[in-house]
Amino acid sequence: MNSATLAPPPPTITGQRDTPRTTAMVQSSRLAGTVAAYLGLGLALVMVGIPTYWVVIGALKTNREIYTVPSTWWPPNPAWSNFPAAWAAAPFPRMYLNSISVTLISTTLKLVNATFCAYAFAYLRVPGRNMIFLFILGALMIPEEVTVLPNYLTVASLGYVNSVTGLILPTIGSAFGTFFLRQHFLSLPREILEAARVDGAGHLQTLWHVVLPLSRPVLATLILLTAVARWNDFLWPLVVTSKDTMRTLPVGIYFLFTQEGTTEWGVVLAGTIIVIAPIIALFIVVQRHLVEGIAAGAVKG
Amino acid sequence: MQSLRVPRPETTLTPPAPRERSRDLLLFLAFIAPNVITLSVFSYWPMIRNLWLSFTYWDMIAPEPLWVGLDNWIEVLTSATFWTVLRNTLVFTVGSVGITILIAMALSLLLNQKRRGRNLVRAAMFAPAILPGSAIALVWTFLLAPYYGLISQAATGLGMPMTRWQNDPVWAMPTVILVVIWKSTGYDAVIFLAGLQGIPRELYEAARVDGANAWQRFVNVTVPGLSPVAFFLTVTSILASFQAFDIIRVMTGGGPVIATTTLIYQVYSEAFVGFNAGRAATYATILFGLMLAITVVQIRMVEKRVTYE
Repeated sequence: MNSATLAPPPPTITGQRDTPRTTAMVQSSRLAGTVAAYLGLGLALVMVGIPTYWVVIGALKTNREIYTVPSTWWPPNPAWSNFPAAWAAAPFPRMYLNSISVTLISTTLKLVNATFCAYAFAYLRVPGRNMIFLFILGALMIPEEVTVLPNYLTVASLGYVNSVTGLILPTIGSAFGTFFLRQHFLSLPREILEAARVDGAGHLQTLWHVVLPLSRPVLATLILLTAVARWNDFLWPLVVTSKDTMRTLPVGIYFLFTQEGTTEWGVVLAGTIIVIAPIIALFIVVQRHLVEGIAAGAVKG
Repeated sequence: MQSLRVPRPETTLTPPAPRERSRDLLLFLAFIAPNVITLSVFSYWPMIRNLWLSFTYWDMIAPEPLWVGLDNWIEVLTSATFWTVLRNTLVFTVGSVGITILIAMALSLLLNQKRRGRNLVRAAMFAPAILPGSAIALVWTFLLAPYYGLISQAATGLGMPMTRWQNDPVWAMPTVILVVIWKSTGYDAVIFLAGLQGIPRELYEAARVDGANAWQRFVNVTVPGLSPVAFFLTVTSILASFQAFDIIRVMTGGGPVIATTTLIYQVYSEAFVGFNAGRAATYATILFGLMLAITVVQIRMVEKRVTYE
């Protein structure tokens, strides 16, 4: 480089601030950007807000109001009776119990499976370990949906149709969770594990007192992801249950709809709100952790 | 990105004594057995059984499936239904995944700016992703109802002819796609947002110093910085869309006729509506083959790395 190339730097945005005309231009384009941004955010909010609002007031309308065009944006006489009617039209307490027990048991068993398996693959050195790990990973490529018919045949031959066991059984194997946890376990500082070992801790103790406490955020993300997926499951519970009393909520409201049809919308919408309101409430509580955990998992994963 | 190639550090802390080694082996087997057994019975065995069933005819009532050789395969591959279903699957996948990703990316750029209310928008947009698909399908069935539905009222107000949306042969697929987009955009946007926040600030500073304007910074810094996330989302959303079932089941039942029947829906209706296990298994095997191919392409591309770093 000779000194001739050290010409004055090209004008930058800071350099342009001196002339009043460009300042005005920058300001007006910044204003346009602000307006566009808030329009975009407002549109996004409206896209979610209006359907939500419409369903909530729909659940409070009488049949007559629902089928009256143009619709009112506020029900003149809120029909609260839609809620008890919905509660009576489908066995909601039983469906809640089914959804809660399936989600709790399935998530717990899946997590236990994943944790032990991931620990074994991370910390126990055994010949052929990597081959078996590939076998676990391979199951990632087999989606539950493709296996629905053979799994139905298996569960039916075991006599578990219309039972919580049947709802749970095919969902407790863990390929993704094992992979996800093993990656995390391998990233833990080895000195701490070594120290536990020196203190005479066995593998179970190390797992319980050292590895798990160090994995809380990762476990929390995995639990939330698994629980949401289980709670919302539709195809398998649809296939493996035929009794009203064994249905989970997502399948239950579908049958409420097929039974009440488009003639009792108020009741169907009230039923839908009975199903989603608790999820929304829970979401508001764990929202930050869930959103950030999922984002971090996807980007780092 | 999820790379299947993982670091393999020496994990045994001190070289184990022989006795300890055999104890470790027993412990290892005890730790992995429950998972390996469930995955074998409920993931691997079903694939084998699907393949075997695809060579049989079985109404699931007769005591034994009847061996029919390649009949199912020939019948399926030469039927007009299969090609319609395959086309539906592709249209559904390309439409829902492509549009969702574009909107989600734009939304994430908005959410990445320090604006008032962005956390509220982020949470509101994300919420549909965690709700049951069946509930969302019911909400939209209500919104789209002919005459008294909100959207139908808005459409007639704008002078559009009355449409039966998901029950109209032409509109059914776009309608279902729109509902899927509505459900999944917020989720994708949140992941894009994490990707945006992972792009080093220095790159923007450097581009600015080099005189790049906002558009040039977007094209040369943001887009390449987001490409690994975009790739990850594309692949996972394609696989998820192949499995999308609840919204279609509730909104259209695969119809009208088979206008919204995708491969997974066809597996379901052959098995649990038509009680033709052999044909359902054939469709399931085809679906699995397609998904496997996409996964293999994904692994290959991840190994090549999508972009720098």
